[in-house]
Amino acid sequence: MHRSVLKITRIVVSLIFFFITLFAFADIWHLLSAGLTHDILYLQFVPSFLKFITVPALASAGYILIILFTAIFGRIYCSSVCPLGSLQDITAKIAGWFRKKKMKFSNATNWLRYSFLALAIISIPAGSFVISLLDPFSNSGRIFNSLLKPCVVGVNNLFAKLLIKSGSYGMSMVDDKMAVSAALVFSLCFLVLITILVIRNGRIFCNTVCPVGTMLGFITRFSLFRFRINNQTCTNCFRCEVSCKSGCIDSKNEIIDSSRCVSCFNCMNACSSGAIKYSISRKASYVKTPVVIDDGRRDKLKLIFASVFAFSGFSFIKAFVLPEGKGLNTTRPVKKKYQVTPPGSLSLKYFGEKCTACHLCVSACPSQVIRPSFMEYGLQGIFQAHMDYNSGYCNFECTLCTEVCPSGALLPVSKTDKKLLQLGKSYFIKENCIVFTDNTDCGACSEHCPTKAVHMVPYKGKLKIPEVNNKICVGCGACEYACPVKPFKAIYVDGNPVHLLAQKPEEKQHPKKNGEDFPF
Amino acid sequence: MIYSSYLSNSKQFVNNFKLLPEMMFNLLTLRCFFENISGMKRRDFFKKSIGAGVAGGLTFMIGSSSSKLLGNSFLMNDPAYDLVAVKGGEPDLMFDKAIESLGGMGKFVKKGQTVVVKPNMGWDVAPEMAANTNPKLIGRIVKLCYNAGAKKVMVFDNTCDQWQKCYKNSGIEKAAKDAGAEVVPGNAESYYHEVEIKNGKNLKKAKVHELILESNVFINVPVIKHHSSADITLAMKNLMGVVWDRRYWHRNNLHQCIADFSSYCKPTLNVIDGYRIMMRNGPRGVSGEDVTLSRSLILSTDIVAADAAGVKIFGSDPKNIDYLRIASEMKSGEINLEKLNINRIKL
Repeated sequence: MHRSVLKITRIVVSLIFFFITLFAFADIWHLLSAGLTHDILYLQFVPSFLKFITVPALASAGYILIILFTAIFGRIYCSSVCPLGSLQDITAKIAGWFRKKKMKFSNATNWLRYSFLALAIISIPAGSFVISLLDPFSNSGRIFNSLLKPCVVGVNNLFAKLLIKSGSYGMSMVDDKMAVSAALVFSLCFLVLITILVIRNGRIFCNTVCPVGTMLGFITRFSLFRFRINNQTCTNCFRCEVSCKSGCIDSKNEIIDSSRCVSCFNCMNACSSGAIKYSISRKASYVKTPVVIDDGRRDKLKLIFASVFAFSGFSFIKAFVLPEGKGLNTTRPVKKKYQVTPPGSLSLKYFGEKCTACHLCVSACPSQVIRPSFMEYGLQGIFQAHMDYNSGYCNFECTLCTEVCPSGALLPVSKTDKKLLQLGKSYFIKENCIVFTDNTDCGACSEHCPTKAVHMVPYKGKLKIPEVNNKICVGCGACEYACPVKPFKAIYVDGNPVHLLAQKPEEKQHPKKNGEDFPF
Repeated sequence: MIYSSYLSNSKQFVNNFKLLPEMMFNLLTLRCFFENISGMKRRDFFKKSIGAGVAGGLTFMIGSSSSKLLGNSFLMNDPAYDLVAVKGGEPDLMFDKAIESLGGMGKFVKKGQTVVVKPNMGWDVAPEMAANTNPKLIGRIVKLCYNAGAKKVMVFDNTCDQWQKCYKNSGIEKAAKDAGAEVVPGNAESYYHEVEIKNGKNLKKAKVHELILESNVFINVPVIKHHSSADITLAMKNLMGVVWDRRYWHRNNLHQCIADFSSYCKPTLNVIDGYRIMMRNGPRGVSGEDVTLSRSLILSTDIVAADAAGVKIFGSDPKNIDYLRIASEMKSGEINLEKLNINRIKL
């Protein structure tokens, strides 16, 4: 009885964490408050760690808590808090309904996992490229945002349509701009890969590739509570070994490799003789790893990991180069010199270092202006969020992205400050403008401009043409989004490599008096 | 003729067949059968009917007094005045006085009818900025519609800023809901259905929100504002918020497109909110300093006349506003206020 309580608790806690995290990414109705989203992600290891580097405070000390927990109880992060861990557990559970997979003890691939860990740590000062591809939270975020959210939108719109047919507008349709992006393809490949891995080899990703898993695994060797097999009562029935998702129980030799144990309590539940104990142990645990000649399958697997490893290493060298485009071209095609980074990201450099491309801001942005990038920042910034002014524009009063960002890549900005925060400056290409080419009124850009940095000045006869005052431009991209010409816009926002403060627009009372009489 | 367009679509035939007896009855009794055909079918019917060129007949059947008006006309009676202008009161009180002088809301809204109220709520700003229609006015209109026996009153706009923020921060969502209206989204293309604009010069087709296509009564409630594209935005410009693709208008001579659409879409009643007027930096506005308190209100069934009066209150000449001039040339309404029977009410 008491053995299964631990497992059930683990399952309940992990499901709570998993579904709230998942819902935060798929919340197309904006039901979760930014505060709750922020709180539930407090314990996510990599984002918290990156945030702590910038803001060393209690509010970003989630990862320290995890380290403390791990030092006491083992890798409960991996089995309860990590969304990718829970996703793998759920996948394995579902796969188990069709074909029961019996796990077998395997040796740890130490050289590989410590290399991944070392690579991740070394690369942090250079940028978040490696860590964003390896981080389990960011990978799950990308899966939720690119694959799950479109499904939620589809179901919502289906119900909304059915409701409309029955005469009610009680549900609103969501106009989600679901383009097939590189991030979607990547997430799909990643999901397929991890599904195959978890079905065939259990938690091999967590114990070979994941830097968080490896790091916590290292701590677990010395943790207070650990699983041990009591050789007096053990009957060598192999039930624990078969049930271990990490393949870290060597039932024959009655040894458990705690560095790979994710504290799921499955073995305790499986053991019929009560030989497995989860208790305080002062001796550090080591597993002597005998040299085993790998079979063909293992070789193949290693090749995959080695190539990922090599690929990451290669890009790591490139990560030192800041993205810089060609010179500003004022003729018709729009050539942006710098990408626009979301509010609160301080600068292109800072954002490049901090954003792990979890795409929570992409999911949260009500204006759908924050989109996953592909090569816009260069390879080192692959999938990081950027402001896509073809998709939308930044709402003047909105600071939601800065409130939800778990990694500190987007730092909180107050609403008052946000209105002066200059993400970029807008530039007008007269040769593309409809007023110039067609001699008809337009002014869509100026219409949408919240500060009137884009304003209309007299042109020919009664016609008016846009003019930009960059001092008060906040770079929200409303002008670029609204500009109706195709294929190149006549007005666009070029990013500020370092975010600046715009001047406040002039505010003088309009002199018009209220006439008491009718003018007709 | 009408049924042949139904029969052309074999997939829908079975569904439509079930409605035949009901429709026959409606035709025989010359009742407005729009309210009796359920959602989707009614919409298809509308689209196809216009496409098949029976719009003139349609206008007759829904009871329009004017045979000149083609396209999407709504029920109109001969009111006592062509235009009512009120000054000096609160938005709700001014509307009460104005509608009373036109014979009450019952002249426009009949028992059991569905009403769509279309304010300008395109921007995520507070009511004091006057970028959106006054919420008090919308609440009052909704209430009077229900008092007149409306079955359902619905409020929507195709906003510029993010729609939920606009609905909320304009204060209109709350005011409309408090008065009992259903607030309907306009944020997705699937709410909009293509119609043909027969008299359009540049704008020959547009995707129009289904509420406009389906409701019995359409009350257009713009706010007077300065506008960077169209000089001044009023009732005709407010109709840009019932279509999906606005960029097309901007690309194809904005003024002509505004006038083209007004030749097709004729609101039952235009209520122009001039309580607060944004005098510059429109249509969004930069601060409260752009706004002046004018305490005005205009009511008219003639969209051109209403706009002409609005332009005068703003302080400009209607003939200088291109879309108004074009609309007047297209005979969509009367731009010359001297020719109209105007009731001026001072509070």
